Amino acid sequence: MIAEFGLAALWLAAALAALQLFAGALSLTQRGEGFGVIVRPVAAVQGLLALTALIALIVVFMRTDLSVKLVVENSHSAKPMLYKIAGAWGNHEGSMLLWVTIMGLAGGFVALVERRLPERTMLATLAGQAFVSLGFYAFLLLASNPFARLAEPPAEGNGLNPLLQDPGLVFHPPTLYVGYVGLSIAFSFAIGALITREVSPAFARAMRPWVLGAWTFLTLGITAGSFWAYYELGWGGWWFWDPVENASLMPWLAATALLHSAGVLAARNALRAWTIMLGVIAFSMSMVGTFIVRSGLLTSVHAFAVDPRRGAFILVLLAIYIGGALLLFALRAASVTEGERFAVTSRESALVFNNVMLTSILGIVLMGTLYPLVTEAMGEKVSVGPPYFNPMAAVFVVPMVLVLMVGPLLRWRADNLARVRMSLVVPAASLVIAAMVAAVLAPGKVLPIIGLALAPPLAIAALMPLRGREIRRVKLPTWGMVIAHFGVAVALFGMASDSAFTSEKLVAVHTGEAAAVGPWRVTLASIEPAAGPNWTAIEADLQASYNGGAAHGLHPQSRSFWTPPQQTNESALLTRWNGQLYTVLGDQTADGRWQLRLWWKPFVPMIWFGGILIAFGGMLSLLGRVASDLRRIVARGKIADRREGAAR
Amino acid sequence: MSAIKAKHQRLILVLIALAALIAAGLLAAWALRNQASYFYLPADIAAKPPEPGRAVRLGGMVEKGSIGKGPDGVTIFFAVSDGKARVPVTFRGIVPDLFKEGSGVVADGSVDANGNFFATNLLAKHDEKYVPREMKDMSEAQARQMVRQTR
Repeated sequence: MIAEFGLAALWLAAALAALQLFAGALSLTQRGEGFGVIVRPVAAVQGLLALTALIALIVVFMRTDLSVKLVVENSHSAKPMLYKIAGAWGNHEGSMLLWVTIMGLAGGFVALVERRLPERTMLATLAGQAFVSLGFYAFLLLASNPFARLAEPPAEGNGLNPLLQDPGLVFHPPTLYVGYVGLSIAFSFAIGALITREVSPAFARAMRPWVLGAWTFLTLGITAGSFWAYYELGWGGWWFWDPVENASLMPWLAATALLHSAGVLAARNALRAWTIMLGVIAFSMSMVGTFIVRSGLLTSVHAFAVDPRRGAFILVLLAIYIGGALLLFALRAASVTEGERFAVTSRESALVFNNVMLTSILGIVLMGTLYPLVTEAMGEKVSVGPPYFNPMAAVFVVPMVLVLMVGPLLRWRADNLARVRMSLVVPAASLVIAAMVAAVLAPGKVLPIIGLALAPPLAIAALMPLRGREIRRVKLPTWGMVIAHFGVAVALFGMASDSAFTSEKLVAVHTGEAAAVGPWRVTLASIEPAAGPNWTAIEADLQASYNGGAAHGLHPQSRSFWTPPQQTNESALLTRWNGQLYTVLGDQTADGRWQLRLWWKPFVPMIWFGGILIAFGGMLSLLGRVASDLRRIVARGKIADRREGAAR
Repeated sequence: MSAIKAKHQRLILVLIALAALIAAGLLAAWALRNQASYFYLPADIAAKPPEPGRAVRLGGMVEKGSIGKGPDGVTIFFAVSDGKARVPVTFRGIVPDLFKEGSGVVADGSVDANGNFFATNLLAKHDEKYVPREMKDMSEAQARQMVRQTR
C-alpha cells in the first residue's frame, strides 16, 4: 500500500512538473500572462510530492517490505535500522529518487523565497527547472521505478553491499546530491536569463546565494566521500582519480569558477556571458557525472545494477538538456551586451585567471575520464590514473595558487602591484623558505615539494585581506573568503605531506611480535573474534607507541558479512596532532603469522580539515549575503511604511 | 588601458581563454597517449611486451597450482594465463578476498626486463554484483571466451 502511495505521489509530482513547465512557458507570452500566478505554488507542491515519494520509499525499506523488488535486491531484515534507512538511497533507483526529490525541493524553495529576479526571468527559470525535472521524472518512472513489486515475494532480501554499510552512507550521498542537484538552480537561472535577455548585476546577486549553498554542500560531500574511501577501502589513499570521484570533482570545479565569476558580475557588471555559460556548464557536469556513474560503463561501489537501456536514456536526456542549453546560449550570447572594462592588474583579471585555470583543470579531468570510454569503443582497453592526473592538474593548480596569493588584495577595475607590495613580502619570503625546507626533507619528490612550498605562503597570503582592518568590522563574506582560501592552503599541505612523508610497512608477525613504521612501534598483542548485527569478524588488538611513549590500542578487523557473503577489511586509525597511524589486518599465513599493513601519514587529516574549512567559508559567505539581503528587504519595507504614514 | 574598447577587451579575453583551453587540451591529449595504462592479456605480453617500468594492467586467470608464498609472509607469486601464454607475477600486499587459483584477476603493475610482472594492486571478483569493469568479461571461467570478449 505504501509503495503504491509513493508511486502515485511520484506520478503526481511529474504531472505538476509538466504543468509548471507549460504554465511558466505560457506566462511568457502576451496572452498567457495570467498563468504566471500558479507557477510558484505548483513548484512548491511538486517538491513536497517528490519528498512524499522518498519518505514512502524509506518507510518501505524500514519495514523491509519484501514484495518490493528494490528492497529484496538491496536490503535484509537483519540489517541495522540505520542502514535500512540509508539503504533506501544506496542503490540506483533510490538514488535517482533522491536526485529528483532534491531537485523538486530546490525548485520549490526558490519559488517561495526568491524575490529579487525580475518576474519574467523568474517564471522562465521555474519553467526551465521543471523542464529538467521532467526528464528525470521520466527516467525514474519509465526506466527505474523504485516501487516495482514482485509477484512472489521471497523469504529474505539480498542485503546491502557491505562496503556501503558504514555511517558514511547516511551523510555522503545526500550531501553530495544537494550540491550536485542544487546546481540545477544555477542552470535554470542561466536559462531564464537567456530567455528574457536580462543579465545584470542584480541577476548575479540573486543567483549567488544558490550557487554558494550548492557549492558548500558539494565541497562537504566530496570531503566526506574522500575520507570515507580513505578509511573504508583500506588502501590508505584518499583520492583515486576514479571516474566516480572525477564525476563529483568536475561540477565542483565548474561551480567554483561560477562562484568567482558571479562575484565579478555582481560587483562590476563584467563577465556577463561567461557567467551564464558557467551556470550551464556546472549542472551539465553534474548530469555528465550521473551518466558516467549510472550508465553501466564502469563498475564500482557506485555503479549499482547495470542496465544498458538506462545509459541510453540518460544519454538522450544529456543531449536534450546540455545541447539545448548550449544552443540557446549560442543564439543569445551575442545579444548579451559587453560588460564593464578592467585593467590587466585588477581584481577582475585575477578572477578571470582563476576561471581560466579552473576550466582548464575541468577540461583535463573530463578528457582523462572519458578517454578510456573512447578507446574502449575503438577496441582498446586502457585505464587512466594518477600518472596522468597528478602532473596535469599541477600544471594549472600551481599558477592558480600563485595568483590566489595576490588576487584578493587587488582593487576592482584597476590597481598596481606596488600598492600591495608590503602584503606580499611575508608570503614571498615564506615561499622561498618553505621550498628550501621541503627540498631538503623530501628530496627528489617534485610535486610534493611544490605543494609544501606553496601551502605556507598561501596560508599567510589568505589572511592578508584582514591586514589593517578593524577585525570586528570585517564583513561575513570577507571572512568566508579568507577562511576558504586558508582552507585551500591547509588541504594542499595535507595532500603534499601525505605523498612526501608517508611511511608504509607490510609485515607478517606472530602475536606478541612488533613492527616499526615511522616513529611508531606497533605490537600485535592478540587476535580475538568479534561479532556485529550481521557480521562476524576477527579483530587484532594492536598496541602502538609513538617514539617509545605510552601504548594506544587499535582494533582493525577482518569482517565476514552473511548477506551478501563478503569480507571487508575495517581499518583502525589513530590520530595525533601531527598525523595519523593507519592499520589494516590481513590474512593468516600458513605458519600462523598475521599480515599487517601499517602506514604513518604525517598531517594527512589536514586534507579533510581543509575541505571543511573551505565549506565553512562558503557557509559564512552565504550567511553574510542572506543577512544583508534580509536587512535590505526590511529597510525597504520600513521606507514603504513611512511613505504610507506620510501619505495618510 | 582605457584606450581599449569594451568590444576589443571582450575579444581579447575570449582569445586568451580559448588559447588556454586549447593548450590544456593538447597537453592532455599528449599526456594521455603517454600515461594511460593499457590492458594486456598474457598473449599480448608474449607477443609484444610493454616497455619495462611502464604502468599497464594485466588480466587473465590465476593458473591452477601456481600460487607460491614468500618467506616474509606478505609476498606471493603466481602465474596469470589466458590459455595461450602465461606471465609470472609477483605481488607484495594483502590479497583481495576472492583471489584464488582458477579464477579471474586484474593486476596493476609493470613488467621488468625479464618478462616478470610486478603487481602493485590486484583486483579480484568481489561477488555477483560488484565486479571490477575488466572482470565482467571473465565471469565465465573460460580464458578463451575471455580473450574473445576482451578483444
